[in-house]
Amino acid sequence: MPGITREEVVHLARLARLELSSNELDHFAGQLDDIIGAVARVSEVADQDVPPTSHPLPLTNVMRADEVRPSLTPEQALSGAPAQEQQRFKVPQILGED
Amino acid sequence: MVDIIKLTAAETAEKIASGELTAVEVTEAHLARIDATDEKVHAFLHVDREGALAQARAVDAKRAAGEKLGPLAGVPLALKDIFTTVGVPTTVGSKILEGWIPPYDATLTRKLKEADVVILGKTNMDEFAMGSSTENSAYGPTGNPWDLTRIPGGSGGGSAAALAAFQAPLAIGTDTGGSIRQPAAVTGTVGVKPTYGGVSRYGMVAFSSSLDQGGPCARTVLDAALLHEVIAGHDPLDSTSIDAPVPPVVEAARNGSVAGMRVGVVKQFAGEGYQAGVVQRFNESVELLKELGAEIVELDCPSFDLAMAAYYLIAPSECSSNLARFDAMRYGLRVGDDGTRSAEDVTALTREAGFGDEVKRRVILGTYALSSGYYDAYYGSAQKVRTLISQDFEKSFEQVDVIVSPTTPTTAFAIGERTDDPLAMYLADLCTIPTNLAGNSAMSLPCGLAPEDGLPVGLQIIAPAMKDDRLYKVGAAVEAAFVARWGHPLLEEAPSL
Amino acid sequence: MTTFTELLSYEDALASYDPVMGLEVHVELGTRTKMFCGCSTELGGEPNSQTCPTCLGLPGSLPVVNAIGVESAIKIGLALNCEIAEWCRFARKNYFYPDMPKNFQTSQYDEPIAFNGYLDVQLEDGEIFRVEIERAHMEEDTGKSLHVGGATGRIHGASHSLLDYNRAGIPLIEIVTKPIEGAGERAPEVAKAYVAELRELIKALGVSEARMDKGQMRCDVNLSLRPHGTKEFGTRSETKNVNSLRSVERAARFEIQRHAAVLSSGGSIVQETRHFHEEDGSTTAGRIKDNAEDYRYFPEPDLVPVAPAREWVEELRTGLPEMPRVRRNRLREEWGVSEHDMQSILNAGAVDSIVATIEEGADSAAARKWWMGELARNANEQGVVVDELPITPAQVARVAALVAAGDLNDKLARQVIEGVLAGEGTPDEVVEKRGLKVVSDEGALGAAVDEAIAGNAAIADKIRGGKIAAVGALVGAVMKTTRGQADAARVKELILERLGVSEG
Ligand SMILES: [Mg+2]
Ligand SMILES: [Zn+2]
Repeated sequence: MPGITREEVVHLARLARLELSSNELDHFAGQLDDIIGAVARVSEVADQDVPPTSHPLPLTNVMRADEVRPSLTPEQALSGAPAQEQQRFKVPQILGED
Repeated sequence: MVDIIKLTAAETAEKIASGELTAVEVTEAHLARIDATDEKVHAFLHVDREGALAQARAVDAKRAAGEKLGPLAGVPLALKDIFTTVGVPTTVGSKILEGWIPPYDATLTRKLKEADVVILGKTNMDEFAMGSSTENSAYGPTGNPWDLTRIPGGSGGGSAAALAAFQAPLAIGTDTGGSIRQPAAVTGTVGVKPTYGGVSRYGMVAFSSSLDQGGPCARTVLDAALLHEVIAGHDPLDSTSIDAPVPPVVEAARNGSVAGMRVGVVKQFAGEGYQAGVVQRFNESVELLKELGAEIVELDCPSFDLAMAAYYLIAPSECSSNLARFDAMRYGLRVGDDGTRSAEDVTALTREAGFGDEVKRRVILGTYALSSGYYDAYYGSAQKVRTLISQDFEKSFEQVDVIVSPTTPTTAFAIGERTDDPLAMYLADLCTIPTNLAGNSAMSLPCGLAPEDGLPVGLQIIAPAMKDDRLYKVGAAVEAAFVARWGHPLLEEAPSL
Repeated sequence: MTTFTELLSYEDALASYDPVMGLEVHVELGTRTKMFCGCSTELGGEPNSQTCPTCLGLPGSLPVVNAIGVESAIKIGLALNCEIAEWCRFARKNYFYPDMPKNFQTSQYDEPIAFNGYLDVQLEDGEIFRVEIERAHMEEDTGKSLHVGGATGRIHGASHSLLDYNRAGIPLIEIVTKPIEGAGERAPEVAKAYVAELRELIKALGVSEARMDKGQMRCDVNLSLRPHGTKEFGTRSETKNVNSLRSVERAARFEIQRHAAVLSSGGSIVQETRHFHEEDGSTTAGRIKDNAEDYRYFPEPDLVPVAPAREWVEELRTGLPEMPRVRRNRLREEWGVSEHDMQSILNAGAVDSIVATIEEGADSAAARKWWMGELARNANEQGVVVDELPITPAQVARVAALVAAGDLNDKLARQVIEGVLAGEGTPDEVVEKRGLKVVSDEGALGAAVDEAIAGNAAIADKIRGGKIAAVGALVGAVMKTTRGQADAARVKELILERLGVSEG
């Protein structure tokens, strides 16, 4: 299993929206390489014919009735907002599009 | 005169119910203890003096009005700062949520309030519950009351330290890879990770959704059971909550016994990395179980060797997604919004400034493990390991009623010792992680002090899913036998602060 | 910001290339509450008044699946002839965007609830074209951003944005076709007919009003060209949020012409999203979709799998309403209209409106006349479907009733409709406000008739002499003095009566 390069960490940090400093990149790249080296052991079972477990409980079909519950008030909803305007969350200019 | 802070929760509740003590007296005694000791211990991030006293007064008023009180009414509790609390800051040990005051209560918070438990405040923790030492808190480390230069375990080090420092008889923790049990072990207290789905996660800030589980922390097995009963049960707001009666934990704790039980010892929970004194106390515990009438069965769980690796793929993967919401848009920290920067840049700058190193490491690791080229090899394989671990547990529980192991391979290590060696830090959870991956229940309780350093050693008891009562039945028996042998509870030996 | 785009003529484009389309339609369900929380989905609430910890993505909050959301998804899947998964899960689609509170969308990935279906659509000439369905899956909508500081309210040039999360978490069903091949020059028509048919189906199921003007149904048009005779797909463009039937057709057509121009001049198509512009039917470049885009899907750990019991699925199948195409055939016979006319009614999106108007008491010819005449013209001008116009079937039926009773003539009725559409109130209110009632006061009408006869003696004589056709001129004169508010038939009767002639 390949380790992780500094370039990959740069790419991952961008995906994860972390503005890492150059020092951090160096530091993390080394540590992450060690960690990935250690956890890559799991691929020992990659060929084994066992189902993956994404969840420890064998539950299915947990659903709620389509009934309205009280919402927060707009004041409560906005109570933690770093900035607000016109009862909306005010955010810096959005560059991209979804 | 009784020393209020030394009472157990059960005793405290009884004295409040009988009128021997008022809830306000009890609360004031604990607030005073916090005032006197928390500068050294730093168990609390926020003490809610007013809220606690108001709740205490309400309990006293209820009693005065002749209303029936619940089994923990008026008993103070230290709440891990990962549960939302209306009007009280919730930081999850992170700068990114500094000053955030939630507009809603976690289900667990609500249940505590409804049970008239007095919430003293919010306790310190590793940032977003990622860590085993509470050193990853953005607000500074917590000291272990047994030796303030040592870690109190993590991530729930604040809750465990509050118990060991007699700042509260009850506390709440959360356990994703051992964050209740490992702090309990290294502080000489009791901690239980209930069956996954046994305690609602609604309002508990998510680290790794499929592993996280809130649970009780206390100084005695019975107190833990009383708290367990208050916080457990089905919650329609948590889709992963089990819709079944809570196992009879209090009854089990009152009727401790291991006579006739089969107790498993897993051979993978031993070997290199286990401190001699830990192994010694564990072996003595196994001998004690035999003396108390249990049959010991050796078990082989080969998949447990891969548990750590699987855990450090699954937990970071889920956390990389769970923590994406901390983006400076709706709540929490916002950095760099100078009117020219874009939302994208502000998000990245805020996350850089607001998250600590361990969080960043795990977010990047998880982003990596989930990316398309690596998903099968890492996340996919880790989930297969999870299946194998569950199968090993299943096979084991066909042969035994409970499994025992050391809770941690070593006693509390020194603050700063492992901070820049993540892999060494991760070893602290070697014995606790398999239970989180499989979703069953486990407890840690004190089994003595390691001779070489005089620090507490934890005994882990593991039970099948929804058989949490077995933990209490066995735990209560072991606790009674040890206390009888020692002549007093282990915490009596802790230095006074 | 429309940039000049070189186009090839449609005929030349089709002469060299074969279009392949993929259509992705998002339908907002009409559930009372959001997909994963109990907040109301009601439209028009104050900003951020329909939010809770879950749909705001507050720390600690958790989702719980809306049962009606799942039921609606299964109904849609069944109506689209899909297989319904025995077991499926939600997945997280991870990407950052400020209108998405958790920075992941709770969606479905490799385990959609419905898959492998088809929808037969009828083209203008009656030909049936089968569109294969890849999947229909459940997900959630995002919040709404208001871009402030820019000249146009658009994202570009804005100084900041304001977010309202009332729409965040509204249940969506995403319906994805398999690549649509073999439509040739009719590809744009197929696209439009497919979306029209799908919309009829959604409405028939009662799972959504599917109003495209309100964003309850939105279509992404993916399109690529390949040279005739080749099998491999070309690079595709993804035109996002094409929000009317007419626009779907125009977007497909535009992209065919644009792709062809690029390809035939030796260029290559960039895989990107495109924005559609209603004003001129063009598209402009959006975001480049390189393959580095990585949503890091994984099973949503906060939700448990959905495993619809077969009995439930069969029960839902049994309860499905008559499918729109079958229903249209039945209605066509009942109303006695041609295939072609029925197709026009469908394309105008008027089937349900006409049915509803008939149910409100209008006769079928009148209902068709108003919806396919005045209202269809109006809708077309505005680029919406008729039932998205601000007039209800009951109001149209009322207009028809007023005409039938002789209170309005056609001309006045058109003015009443115009008034209703302009928001002046109900038909009766418009009649009242605009004073549009037919003059039925026999005294007043009689005086106008007498005046017309007196003022046009020569014509009156002709009529007396048997030239009944000349009556039109007198009727015209009466209509003029009554400013069109008289019932022309009654006027004619009165004139003939006064002149002592009867219609042969
Ligand atoms: Mg989608
Ligand atoms: Zn909500």
